[in-house]
Amino acid sequence: MSESQSTDFNSYLRRCLYVFIAAVCMITLMIVVSFLPNVGWSVKVPVILAIAGVNAFVVAGFLMHLLSEKKMVYTVLGLTVVLVIALAALTVYAMHDFPAGTTMH
Amino acid sequence: MEIPYTVHARPDTGLYNAKIGIWLFLASEVMLFGGLFSAYILLRVGADPGTWPHGWQDVTLGTINTLVLALSAVTTLMAWVACKVRQFGKFRFFHGCTLLLAAAFVVIHLTEYNDDLTHYEIHLTNGLIADGHMLENNPKENHVMIDGRYVKSESDLIDLRGQKIHDTEIKIPRSEIKDMQSYGPWHNDYMALDFTMTGLHLLHVLAGSIVIGFLWLTGPKMWGKDPERFTNRVEVSGLFWHFVDLVWIFLFPVLYLT
Amino acid sequence: MEPIIHQFPPYRKDAAPSAHDDHGHEHHEPNFIQKYIFSTDHKIIGIQYGLTALCFLLFGFFLMMMMRWQIAHPGNPVPVIGPLLEKVLGHPAANGVISPDLYNSLGAMHGTIMVFLGIVPLAFAAFGNYVVPLMIGAVDMAFPRVNMASYQAYFLGGLVMFVSFFIPGGAAQAGWTSYSPLATTIPTHGQLFWIIGMVLLITSSLMGAINFIATIIQLRAPGMTWMRLPWFVWTQFVTAFLLLLAFPPLEAACIMQFMDNVAHTSFFLPTGLAVSGTLAHISGGGSPLLWQHLFWFLGHPEVYVLILPAMGIVCEILANNTRKPIWGYKSLVYSVLAIGFLSFIVWAHHMYLTGMGTKISTFFQATTMIISIPSVIILTCLFISLWGGSIRFNTPMLFVLAFLPMFGIGGLTGLPLGFNVSDVHLHDTYYIIAHFHYIVAPGTIFALFAGIYYWFPKMTGRMMNEFWGRAHFWGSFIFMNMVFQPMFAQGMAGMLRRMSNGGANYSAAVNARNGAEVIGGLSPFIMSLNTWILWGAICLGIVQIPFIINLFWSIKHGEKIKNDNPWDSTTLEWQTPTPPPHGNFLHPLRVYRGPYEYSVPGHATDFTPQNEPPENVPAPTLSPAR
Repeated sequence: MSESQSTDFNSYLRRCLYVFIAAVCMITLMIVVSFLPNVGWSVKVPVILAIAGVNAFVVAGFLMHLLSEKKMVYTVLGLTVVLVIALAALTVYAMHDFPAGTTMH
Repeated sequence: MEIPYTVHARPDTGLYNAKIGIWLFLASEVMLFGGLFSAYILLRVGADPGTWPHGWQDVTLGTINTLVLALSAVTTLMAWVACKVRQFGKFRFFHGCTLLLAAAFVVIHLTEYNDDLTHYEIHLTNGLIADGHMLENNPKENHVMIDGRYVKSESDLIDLRGQKIHDTEIKIPRSEIKDMQSYGPWHNDYMALDFTMTGLHLLHVLAGSIVIGFLWLTGPKMWGKDPERFTNRVEVSGLFWHFVDLVWIFLFPVLYLT
Repeated sequence: MEPIIHQFPPYRKDAAPSAHDDHGHEHHEPNFIQKYIFSTDHKIIGIQYGLTALCFLLFGFFLMMMMRWQIAHPGNPVPVIGPLLEKVLGHPAANGVISPDLYNSLGAMHGTIMVFLGIVPLAFAAFGNYVVPLMIGAVDMAFPRVNMASYQAYFLGGLVMFVSFFIPGGAAQAGWTSYSPLATTIPTHGQLFWIIGMVLLITSSLMGAINFIATIIQLRAPGMTWMRLPWFVWTQFVTAFLLLLAFPPLEAACIMQFMDNVAHTSFFLPTGLAVSGTLAHISGGGSPLLWQHLFWFLGHPEVYVLILPAMGIVCEILANNTRKPIWGYKSLVYSVLAIGFLSFIVWAHHMYLTGMGTKISTFFQATTMIISIPSVIILTCLFISLWGGSIRFNTPMLFVLAFLPMFGIGGLTGLPLGFNVSDVHLHDTYYIIAHFHYIVAPGTIFALFAGIYYWFPKMTGRMMNEFWGRAHFWGSFIFMNMVFQPMFAQGMAGMLRRMSNGGANYSAAVNARNGAEVIGGLSPFIMSLNTWILWGAICLGIVQIPFIINLFWSIKHGEKIKNDNPWDSTTLEWQTPTPPPHGNFLHPLRVYRGPYEYSVPGHATDFTPQNEPPENVPAPTLSPAR
């Protein structure tokens, strides 16, 4: 095993630990936010989900190497994300748009 | 003639076959869990006000599970790095850690399920509700014993955030019981979604563990013949494991914290 | 140079004379099981898919015939096979009569089997597996063992669906759409089998989709750029994406419906649900519409899965038999990509009558109208491609020529369904049945027949009999129209779907006999069309018999082809020996030109294969008359 390989390994290990520490911080932050008194759910939920999103970005970007991935992978994933959002958004909207005087379940 | 680009990347796409394969599979998994999350959003947003539970899960156990998975994601990546620098011993160490962490996750989660399935909501004939964990439910006996409390109505049980609950042993004669139901998936839509989403996630954890376990056990054989191909296999299975972690990163806040 | 043979795990050392036999390796001949049942070769898997799918298509056809009998002669025992039905199915077929429950089973399983076990495996998996690697110049699919697993999952799923007929209570009864709460409140296990079968089929499709996309991206031969791909490969590529991304939400929904059925959850069961007059003991709070949204999120891309491979086959055969390039190749490519993307955001046009508000209906109506544009562009390009062609009217071409107007009818009749205003009148009527059957039956299935006649010589080295091919074509064409054309009239008159007594409840004549009047009831003429349709279906079935015989007889006795490229085609699948060996091509390939170089001026032959080196091809010349 060469010198450069061992330094590569150790630098990778260090980077991984930074990612882990970042993840732990974000998890702690989410928990703290969720327990804040006197703050309504309509504020807490988007904030918590945003922190989760950042956490996901860090895991995907660094641990899954998505930040250094190829265009083909980006295209597939981009399309997927658009479609998931379309599915959720259109379904929820469809269930909340109904003619006056009627209800929807 | 052999199939090209199984180990080395195709120049114009920069990918080897299994890499594009696993990302395509992960895209379909995003749609699968996306469908479940859509169902969650719809059912929660559409629920009558004051009927959606809060604080029903143990945040401590959930946090431990989250940290366990986050750490396992790191050990998975390090296992791949070890393969990249051709240090097979380190690969075995790191993936051994991954498997242990996965086992911890599964055990903790199963205790959570057991906790839910032994937690009962008992409607009494006098209009009160007894809510707590079942201590004694012997069919021969004329009573049940729970470790819980009395509440006046179901709305007292909905939002448990910030409540200090004092459980005592309560003995209830069977004649006073109108209806009894455990906190399983049948209890309400929140529990249904919780069991289904975490259950599907757990299946993915098990599947990932089996694949990583297989590589861990049979690794030496392929490592000797074709280390580059083995490294790719470790990378591809690692990507799946990271995805499993990603799903939990969203499941935890959605089910435990909000 | 010695090729590297992968030995981890022991790769296939099997199949027909291998392309690299001359290197002196000891290949032991694989036995029948290894070669045909557990093969990882894409060609064998393609044929496995094809034969299994054809069997299911035939079975689905029989289910339909029994339904049509019951519709035309409600309450009468089925002739000939009535006693057999009673023996096999028991009470639901008492006295050989198809009971309403059995009718519902037949209807649900006819749809499920035709779509998921028949057309998709045949159009996408069978033709795709066999032809796509050959067309792109690849050795095999990217993941051969995943390929084998996908067929096995399909087979298991089909088995589960088939077996469900014989369990107590019979097969699923809630339609191929399995709407909740009906699908959960039916007290038999047929729905469970349906869900399990669907999960297996979805798994099979996902594995296949991943394989196709990876293969097309990674394994194109040198020189085979994206814009030199035969359009069939493009349609398979987009179809694979549709399957990959649209199926999983249905899988999620199936899991939730399974939980509803087995674990008594209420994902799709609303509060206050009453079954047979009593309040159901469920937690409630669920949403039946949620199932519909998740189902149709797949359901709509699914119909494009049914049509796109067929259009691809039509394009290949059309170019070949007009001896000229396809008009508008770029338009075809961009149109199919547009259809692929748009198909994900039109799904709620299947749900106009669920009480949706105007804003969301308008959104889906708009996207539905927009998606008709690329479809029309594709059909137009194919039509224009005929202009000035030197058309050969062989059997495949006859089916292809019929596809064009038949798909046109099917597509155009979809327009009043896309508008929510007119759909209010037509939803859930026979008009819908006519619309989608025109697209799939004289549409997709004709293209698939064409593909079978066209690629048969490559698979077997023999041609199918031309006379019986034409007989099959004319019979199918006439009787398909006889079956489905009247349904437009029935639908517009208001005849609803899924009525086990053929609409007798709404028939003006029947109600007059009973002393009641139904305003706008179904006239005797409309009711008489049921008999007409029954005869059409019977004749349609009879006319498939020469096809089945032709298919199997020609394997051993068909006219032998004189060279490896009997149709004088430009695409790469014809540049292999017949049938293609393991590894497909004898020498490494390089591609120099597009897929439809027919009748290039100045060249000795009227076709130039994609891999013909440029030195052998003279430069195109200007035609003398300017």
